[in-house]
Amino acid sequence: MDFLNALVALANFVIVPGLAYGAQLAIGALGVTLIYGILRFSNFAHGDTMAFGTMATILATWGMQSYGISFGPLPTALLALPFGIAATALMLLGTDRVVYRFYRAQKAKPVILVIVSMGVMFIMNGVVRFIIGVRDIRFADGERFIISARDFKEMTGLREGLAIKTTQAITVVVAFVVVAALFYFLNRTRTGKSMRAFSDNEDLALLSGINPEHVVRVTWLIVAALATVAGVLYGLDKSFKAFTYFQLLLPIFASAVVGGLGNPLGAIGGGFVIAFSEVTITYAWKKVAVYLLPEQLEPTGLVQLLSTDYKFAVSFAILVVVLLFKPTGLFKGQSL
Amino acid sequence: MSDAVKTPLYFACVVLLIVGTGIVQGWNSALLILNMGLISAIMSLGVNLQWGFAGLFNIGIMGFVALGGLAAVLTAMPPVTEAWAAGGLRVLSGLAIGAATVIGAIFAYRHLAGRTRTGILLVLLIGGFFLFRAVFDAGVAAVEAVNPASTGYLGGLGLPVIIGWPLGGVIAAGAAWIIGKAALGLRSDYLAIATLGIAEIVINIMKNEDWLSRGVKNVIGLPRPVPLEVDLQADPGFVAQAADLGLDPVLASTLYVKLAYGALFAIVLVILLWLAQKALNSPWGRMMRAIRDNEVAAEAMGKDVTARHLQVFILGSAICGIAGAMMTTLDGQLTPTSYQPLRFTFLVWVMVIVGGSGNNFGAVLGGFVIWWLWVQVEPIGLALMNLITMGMADGSFLKQHLIEAAAHMRLLTMGTILLLVLRFSPRGLLPQR
Repeated sequence: MDFLNALVALANFVIVPGLAYGAQLAIGALGVTLIYGILRFSNFAHGDTMAFGTMATILATWGMQSYGISFGPLPTALLALPFGIAATALMLLGTDRVVYRFYRAQKAKPVILVIVSMGVMFIMNGVVRFIIGVRDIRFADGERFIISARDFKEMTGLREGLAIKTTQAITVVVAFVVVAALFYFLNRTRTGKSMRAFSDNEDLALLSGINPEHVVRVTWLIVAALATVAGVLYGLDKSFKAFTYFQLLLPIFASAVVGGLGNPLGAIGGGFVIAFSEVTITYAWKKVAVYLLPEQLEPTGLVQLLSTDYKFAVSFAILVVVLLFKPTGLFKGQSL
Repeated sequence: MSDAVKTPLYFACVVLLIVGTGIVQGWNSALLILNMGLISAIMSLGVNLQWGFAGLFNIGIMGFVALGGLAAVLTAMPPVTEAWAAGGLRVLSGLAIGAATVIGAIFAYRHLAGRTRTGILLVLLIGGFFLFRAVFDAGVAAVEAVNPASTGYLGGLGLPVIIGWPLGGVIAAGAAWIIGKAALGLRSDYLAIATLGIAEIVINIMKNEDWLSRGVKNVIGLPRPVPLEVDLQADPGFVAQAADLGLDPVLASTLYVKLAYGALFAIVLVILLWLAQKALNSPWGRMMRAIRDNEVAAEAMGKDVTARHLQVFILGSAICGIAGAMMTTLDGQLTPTSYQPLRFTFLVWVMVIVGGSGNNFGAVLGGFVIWWLWVQVEPIGLALMNLITMGMADGSFLKQHLIEAAAHMRLLTMGTILLLVLRFSPRGLLPQR
């Protein structure tokens, strides 16, 4: 029995990747939940908004790299992030002006808005493919590891290594900053409070003189920032591919629903619930079990509950269980 | 313009489109478009049943279509006797254990309470899972080890492939029942997300469960309901007939096969369209529309809204399953990687909305028109790009990029059409009466 090695193996393969993935899902789900809370529809174009933001950031990164600008040990994409956010914000505000505003004025049913968002999804997907293609793009530069598995082994003398990628650390730090800023904004500033009021009770908010168009504009701006950050973090950690971002829609929606649609805290909780269940259920536990169990009991197989190809099935199963037993989500949904 | 004029007029336009394609691009491409158009029309009929009749938002069409394709394979492919001997029974008993565990858990959940329930549920689920894996995994390994390069799966029943079409409907209906039980009766967005998920999972299963569908190795050479082209070319009677019509025997055989498929598909479409029209104009159809327009009022009149929704959800999904089985029959192969949500789910939605939701003829029309566009946008886009880039220097980066990107014009066009129709003609080409 070797508790320390088991712990390190667990941290290396489950906790660190789960934290990073959870943070990415959480920021994505925050965007979905904000749109749901303020504009009152499930935005199916969110995955492609993330793809658009990431694409803009990648283009800006390439531009900077060609001028020789770099961010030292950190990825250049972090410097390019503001440009990506600005481009996405312009795009979303334009979309709102051209597409969504009409239906808002008509007071269309939410399901119509969902179908409209499907059309927007088509177009955004097409634009992204049109501009940057369908290839797999890696755009992370700078240091790859904060601590590599070999360094860790040399430092501690343990048999298991613990590798922490720069991108994983950045993900967690950036996610923390973004979430803190968002909650400060929602709870402390006048605009944030008016957004919450609008989400809580639209009529009452209108009566007290809140300008709905302003609230909607600010929402799109925040969503642009969240979507771009989530997309760029995911892309830095793994890689950028238009279709993968579309597929992220499912775990992101699962996170938002599991946490309770319309509840920002729930989106964060849901993101981590989904991420950790995906990682733990598809992880081959043999490595950890070998250290913990006495030799006679050592498993022969991989001790993997489900193959990694079924990670969507995991988010889906959790989604269905939550829908069946607690349809409002674990954290009670409905208002910001 | 009244409906009586509009409907035949629009369908005449579709005929013109297809005939025009035949004249410009050759009859083989025209018939290909016609055949896939027929299948698309059936899918869009199924979605129209769910959305147009009942207002259910299902975006998992791809999953039901894929299940239909699986049904075609399971019906038509010859059984692999060796694989059955190696582990067939073991796989089946593993699945039975899995099903029994779930049913037992549901039973325990319904009929017990308190701590005993939690305990028994945990024991049942965890124990059942490990028992299932123990029995199932070994069976799968044995089946997949049997000649993996050419079989490595259990095969099918070796029946005529047409039997697979209704079977595809039945399997899709079963999946729809499970998903409907879980997600209907909740908000409409939840059904959308749940169906989106089930579709991804169906594709995942088909990609990974090699014992069932050979996974990414694909099942090829599905038996066909129509003769092979080479057999026709070898048949002197057919060659003589072709010569009488002044046709080359190779061309004649390809056209003959496509026409035969088209006739089969048209029969299915006409039957389903007739049934859908009957349903639309029956008391049941009126009840469905009443529920769609005002659930609260319908419930107050004593209608069981959730049960009716489940019913129509199952029916619509079954139609998509039938269409899926037909499509796999036409392709002659099952390639799980070819199922893309944008192509199989969202495109069908564009068909229904553009054609006119709530109107069966509209859905069929949308199926043909949008499928024609989907096929034609690529050459048109390429021609457009060539025109735009004509003045640019050869080999310039922008020119090359634009010409390559023409392949992605499809999504842009479809999205634009969907948004334009929703905005300026939300009732579609043939509005509901």
